[in-house]
Amino acid sequence: MKRNFKLVALTAATALTAGLLVAGASAKEVKIGVVLTYSGGAAHFGEQIGRGMDLYIKQHPEAFGGHTVKLIKRDSKRPGGDIAKNAVQELITREKVDLLTGFVFSPNAMASAPLATKGKVPMVIMNAGTAWIPSLSPYIARVSFTMWHSGYPMGKYAHDKLGCKTAAAGFTNYPPGKDSRNAFQTGLQEAGGKLVESIPMGGPRDVPDFTPFFQRVKDLKPDCFFVFVPAGNHAAAVFKTYSAVGLKAAGVRLIGPGDITQDTKLQGMGDGAVGMITMHHYAADYDNPENRAFVAAWKKAYGADTTPDFMAVQGWDGMAAIAHAIKAQNGDVTADGTINALKGWTYRSPRGSITIDPETRDIIMDANVHRVVKKGGRLMIEVIDTVPQVKDPCKALKIGKCAK
Amino acid sequence: MNPVLNAAVSILFDGLAYGMLLFIISVGLSITMGLMGFVNLAHGAFAMAGGYVTVSLMNLLGVPFLPALGGAFVIVAAVSMPIERLIYLPLYRAGELDQVLLSIGVVFMAIAGATFVWGSTPPSIRMPDFLTGQVDLGFKTFPAYRTFTIGVGMAMILALWLGFERTIIGAKIRAAVDNRAMAQAVGIDVDRLFVVTFALGSGLAAMGGGLAIEIVGLSPPFAIQYLVFFLIVVAVGGLGSIRGAFVAAIVLGIIDTAGKYLWPDGGAFFIYAAAVLLLLVKPWGLFGREQT
Amino acid sequence: MNAPDRSAPDPHGFLRGRERWRPVEALPWLIAIGAFFALPDYMILGTQVITMIIFALSLDLILGYAGIVSLGHAAYFGAGAYATGMLSAHLGWGEPISGLLFGGAVAGLVGFVSGWVLLRYHGLTLLMLTLATAIMLQELANVLEVWTGGFDGLLGMEFTPLFGLFENDLWGHAYYWYALAVLAICFLFARRLVHSAFGRTLVGIRENTRRMHAIGSPVHWRLVTVYTASATMAGLAGALFAEINAYVTLDVLSFARSGAVLIVLILGGTGRLYGAFVGATVYVILEDELAKASPEFWEFGVGLVLVLVVLFFRGGLLGGLDSAARRLKEARS
Repeated sequence: MKRNFKLVALTAATALTAGLLVAGASAKEVKIGVVLTYSGGAAHFGEQIGRGMDLYIKQHPEAFGGHTVKLIKRDSKRPGGDIAKNAVQELITREKVDLLTGFVFSPNAMASAPLATKGKVPMVIMNAGTAWIPSLSPYIARVSFTMWHSGYPMGKYAHDKLGCKTAAAGFTNYPPGKDSRNAFQTGLQEAGGKLVESIPMGGPRDVPDFTPFFQRVKDLKPDCFFVFVPAGNHAAAVFKTYSAVGLKAAGVRLIGPGDITQDTKLQGMGDGAVGMITMHHYAADYDNPENRAFVAAWKKAYGADTTPDFMAVQGWDGMAAIAHAIKAQNGDVTADGTINALKGWTYRSPRGSITIDPETRDIIMDANVHRVVKKGGRLMIEVIDTVPQVKDPCKALKIGKCAK
Repeated sequence: MNPVLNAAVSILFDGLAYGMLLFIISVGLSITMGLMGFVNLAHGAFAMAGGYVTVSLMNLLGVPFLPALGGAFVIVAAVSMPIERLIYLPLYRAGELDQVLLSIGVVFMAIAGATFVWGSTPPSIRMPDFLTGQVDLGFKTFPAYRTFTIGVGMAMILALWLGFERTIIGAKIRAAVDNRAMAQAVGIDVDRLFVVTFALGSGLAAMGGGLAIEIVGLSPPFAIQYLVFFLIVVAVGGLGSIRGAFVAAIVLGIIDTAGKYLWPDGGAFFIYAAAVLLLLVKPWGLFGREQT
Repeated sequence: MNAPDRSAPDPHGFLRGRERWRPVEALPWLIAIGAFFALPDYMILGTQVITMIIFALSLDLILGYAGIVSLGHAAYFGAGAYATGMLSAHLGWGEPISGLLFGGAVAGLVGFVSGWVLLRYHGLTLLMLTLATAIMLQELANVLEVWTGGFDGLLGMEFTPLFGLFENDLWGHAYYWYALAVLAICFLFARRLVHSAFGRTLVGIRENTRRMHAIGSPVHWRLVTVYTASATMAGLAGALFAEINAYVTLDVLSFARSGAVLIVLILGGTGRLYGAFVGATVYVILEDELAKASPEFWEFGVGLVLVLVVLFFRGGLLGGLDSAARRLKEARS
């Protein structure tokens, strides 16, 4: 019974062959365990990241140095940690993967980190954003972001350029939300602004009805209202509630990380969103050659009415990092070799130039100021300013658990 | 306006709107579970389906929002009839545990099916202009969409009350629920009645799903995400009491909103605490009949 | 339920007969031991199955025997997991067996207190109260982030090797035996309990509460007692879970977990102890294999199986098997 199942699983696991024909003996197949949320409330994150990865493999078969990769996909379902951990354990012991990647929710990466150390398997994190995750194992490298990458520069920018002398912060009451609030507050206060109110707006799985919280802010009348909620349905509700409650008319400016102007949600926001300002590392409208090629390939592969978002580009960049590591080690992937190859690795990503910090194994990238504009009948993101090459400020400033 | 009064009005209004939304999505469950005695945990699946039908009608066929809501009601109600015949019918006399297992199975299938058909990315719809922004009611401005939700909820409770209390079919349903054998004996076609009732419950869920998109969004797991809230509304209201579900939804909506406004750190705690207290005091719900 | 043998006039003999071990009852243990040697690479999954069996068994005590339907049994699983986890993470106590007992004891205490309040209620009301209890505990665990780690989970647990010898390695071999031993003890206890006079009064309460009141049975205390036992067992499952994963998040208290254990037990069949074995094995393996075959759409397969089981096997898999066997017997005689 079980053996049959195994056969099915093996056939179903996506075997991807990269192009170049190299003499048989030297071409190796590298097994990569991919742990993403393929089902459940965060399935669209898994889809974006997975598509980004697949697209890179398809577009850049040459980047793997003549070797091929086989992706073994596992669903981490919920943010509970245990399912991802069991999947990782199985990938290491039974499938004998050379490398692990994916990880949407932070708890899933945290639960799996000790296994990376124990099993000596490198882990390339494509989303999980809690700032101190890379310190949990020497074999972790992260190509995504922390909440500090956008929150901290946003605090400074909001005070200096947007006139936010006073601000309120609303956030989903879980670690990324608290990180985001702390980052914004630190940046704002360093610039001389004041956070007058800090509102936890329920958990990530609660009903995204933010009206009472926004009413509270309306009654307080700060200059700006910084909001972080997870991308998806929660983020979509933010702008709707902002207009419905009449915060705009009350003269309160809505700002936040780019999650609240997510590419996949932009067109549904309506013209009222024009002029809104957020801070982020990617939008599908970025105007650089790498991104134009990326978006064109995406639309060709997945349909003209779909759009990649920041998760997709993290999947793409993660695969680029993996390709680099495979090529650098000539197909013999080890944990130490991979991490050494990735330390200081620089890449021209669709989001701009990125580097893996050799010290923290976390990403260094630009933080861009996004403004929503209307062009040719559709809403678009325009980059109006850039804070170049931000190193995760949480670790740079040694705040809380990041100090370790 | 005095700031305290202003806050109080906001809380009452937002709570009322939120409560109405809870009522609109849950009332269908109150009907299938309360009146027909079927533990239908798949109620959310019909709401989710209604949401996607609304989205498809609007985005693919260009149907305006209000007719699309009606379309969701009709289409989902129609589709639910063969489902009722095929898989619910054999379970009416089975134990509630079998009903739980069956309806959870339906939820799982619905989630995967919706992901297959519509994808996992939450869809967006554009609301008509009169439902976005704010409306001015003279003394204060209110969110337009929430005002609309309150209106829909009011209309719905009125229609249901008239339907159940003032029509022959309503009388027949009440008779069948009270005493199925006796109803059959006096010539009521209980089987057909239950199909219609089930379709009504599913259709109402579908409309609720469509209405909820603007406030809570839509994705396949919607089918299970808010199940707890539906169950709370039905239990606190009292099994089988539509009036009870209405009052319960509004009370819970206002308490939840007030809690969030006054003590945001409490999170979702209030709605559960309120539900527990109400149930401890009134074990059969606000308007429920004692069962043995 | 087996049809009573009408030729037996002696009720005591009948009850004793039900308690007697039958050869077929060795089967699950033989399979569990055989699996270790036949499929040594699958012990992670095997341990998951065993943890789920213990959890489902605990639910069977209250649902199958006392008729208490709970949609919040994760409350006790989670209480056990957090108790054991915090004992190790905050107080540095990492000896697994005492940690396990501590988790069970804390969960039992939570079960006693909540049961004392909740078990005055019945039906849908009780269902909702159990559900709300678990969710409120989850909210509480989220608020007490300093202690529980909140959404990010409780990190920093370290457990010493079992008996100072066997470490929880990457293949999970040692912990498979550990889990199996915990299951065996829980099962022996449950089996003894349901066949005792106490167990018979529970069934009496399930079948006719009023009559039990009438004959002077202390109904409330009986229910609280079995609820506490059940919570303790669920807590042991949770504590085991914490030790296996060395990590606990809010998910241990989630509605999804409460729902899953209910599904597992109904799938296997309630009120027969072995339903937990069958349901957990089928459900966990099915979900695992389907999710591997199709990470995106596995829920469809699981849902389809549940629907088919209900339509063709009333009373769960074992219930269906029972009635099939009975029909076969009738056809023969």
